[in-house]
Amino acid sequence: MSGIGSALLNSLDIGLLLFIIAVGLNIVFGVLNIINFAHGALYMLGAYLAFTLINIVGMPFWAALLLAPLGVAILAVLIDRFLLRYIYSRDIADSLLLTFALLLIINESVRMIWGSGIQVVQPPQLLAGSMDIMGSSIPTYSLFVIVMGLALLAGLWFLFNRTRIGRIMRAAALDRDMAEVLCINTRLVVTGVFAFGAWLAAVGGVIAAPMRALDPGMGDKIIIESFIVVVIGGLGSFPGALLGAIILGLIHGFGGRYFPEVNMLLPFLGMALVLLFKPNGIMGKGAAA
Amino acid sequence: MKIKILWALLTLVIAGLIAVPWIASYFYIFIFTEILILGLFAASFNLIFGYTGMLSFGHAAFFGIGSYAMALVLIYLEWPFVVGLLVSMGVSALLALIIGFFCVRLNEVYFAMLTLAFGMMVFAIAYQWRSVTNGSDGLAGFSLGSFGLGLDLTLANPAVYYHVVLAIVVIASAVLYLVCRSSFGMILRAIRQNPERVSFAGLNVRTYRLVAFVIAGSFAGLAGGLIAPFLRVASPELLHWSMSAEPILMAILGGTGYFLGPFVGSAVFVLLETWITSFTESWMLVLGIILALMVIFFRKGLLGTVLDWWMEIKK
Repeated sequence: MSGIGSALLNSLDIGLLLFIIAVGLNIVFGVLNIINFAHGALYMLGAYLAFTLINIVGMPFWAALLLAPLGVAILAVLIDRFLLRYIYSRDIADSLLLTFALLLIINESVRMIWGSGIQVVQPPQLLAGSMDIMGSSIPTYSLFVIVMGLALLAGLWFLFNRTRIGRIMRAAALDRDMAEVLCINTRLVVTGVFAFGAWLAAVGGVIAAPMRALDPGMGDKIIIESFIVVVIGGLGSFPGALLGAIILGLIHGFGGRYFPEVNMLLPFLGMALVLLFKPNGIMGKGAAA
Repeated sequence: MKIKILWALLTLVIAGLIAVPWIASYFYIFIFTEILILGLFAASFNLIFGYTGMLSFGHAAFFGIGSYAMALVLIYLEWPFVVGLLVSMGVSALLALIIGFFCVRLNEVYFAMLTLAFGMMVFAIAYQWRSVTNGSDGLAGFSLGSFGLGLDLTLANPAVYYHVVLAIVVIASAVLYLVCRSSFGMILRAIRQNPERVSFAGLNVRTYRLVAFVIAGSFAGLAGGLIAPFLRVASPELLHWSMSAEPILMAILGGTGYFLGPFVGSAVFVLLETWITSFTESWMLVLGIILALMVIFFRKGLLGTVLDWWMEIKK
């Protein structure tokens, strides 16, 4: 396979995985107006739960893909009910600080439960190996990630534009008081949205598990990446998350291959450039002080 | 009356700090050196966070660049220690001017993220520019020469170095305190409370925020210049965003509303870390729980809560 082709494929699978994770961060910000610093930790938790379900309990990958995110979503409900409810009415800096505390707690818990070593999850039989498409061999798992990303993209689009629940979420994002007046239980919406965001992070974690080795630092890496994605795309914007994720995917896919000396610098450079010229992100609204 | 008691208390604390090398073990000399340096780092951060209301996640960039500047000066130029500190301050002030120029135009969340991005850019450069920074290993193997100013001090002696750090931190804090007390400091506090009102009053909010950012950066650089000879290495970890989180934690822990809050936070942070890590590895878990409780219930921090309570009862 040609260099450009494989870099492109690589960019796409990194990008769509990032989309799944970052869109959760963005939805939570859009409705709750908090930046969830622990989003990456929830992603990591999804991956580690999948590891336990697959390697220890012996479940098939698909069952883990269903159950692990569900577990993380339940945890998110508890986090919302017992911690976040205190700070919803406060300054946004407080939510950054509280979720940062949460990140420390989850990171260290993962280290205590699963150890600081590296863990590996095997992809399911069906997705192992590679496929021949148009004369070139492509890892089947990359295709799976791309298909999952596109499926979630379509699902989210449908949810937000064609269902009642999606409309309620958008209403709560636009004007929470008005939604309350219209007999929408915004308390329930807030909890639901936070759990949904955590679910998306964990789905990303399970999908990432067979691609990347698991270690307790994986959440910190992904949260920075997700910040870059939402800043490039626009905070709170759904299409922005997709655009930002694809751009960052391309930066990783091509940067790692063609500019190895500066590849660590490139994502941050991209983020800073976007913030300079479009401070609210390519698709965002309202940011300058 | 109460202010007098507080000043007397502060004098006592400083006297106690001066006496540390004679009354405490070697181990605690190191601990207290670290507390003082990180306290200065946290206090410089609090100028932009507690006073001006800008939550930066990239403050370690200035701390780290200060330590690299010091290491490079000691390795290649062999200038006196004091000159090295001035270089550290100058270099980090320059970096703060560049980063701040871009960052101060953005509000809260975007400011936090852009400072994070710039901080990680500096980290990435230090990590990948091996010929100058020695990559992930960092710069080590520099020897401490003379102090400068005609003073004959053996900086390699931990007790002497502790006293040097104490003197510099006290002087730097006094300067920072005067900045906070000045009319400039008042304007910063007004900006935190209501930037719109301040700009309606005819003041350029961005300029004030930028100046605060540069001052904070240069003092963080000074702290960085002090930490490199203490750790005997300037490594990329000093620039990483997790290092930027430390002054945030310290400021919150001690209290952002009082000038000395970050120092109290630094002392609590370092002492807790030392004691807790001696019997369990999960120091970060404890820290996370403490931080969560502080944010939810004691947003004023330890010093803030205690002082406010004391001011309240004895009218």
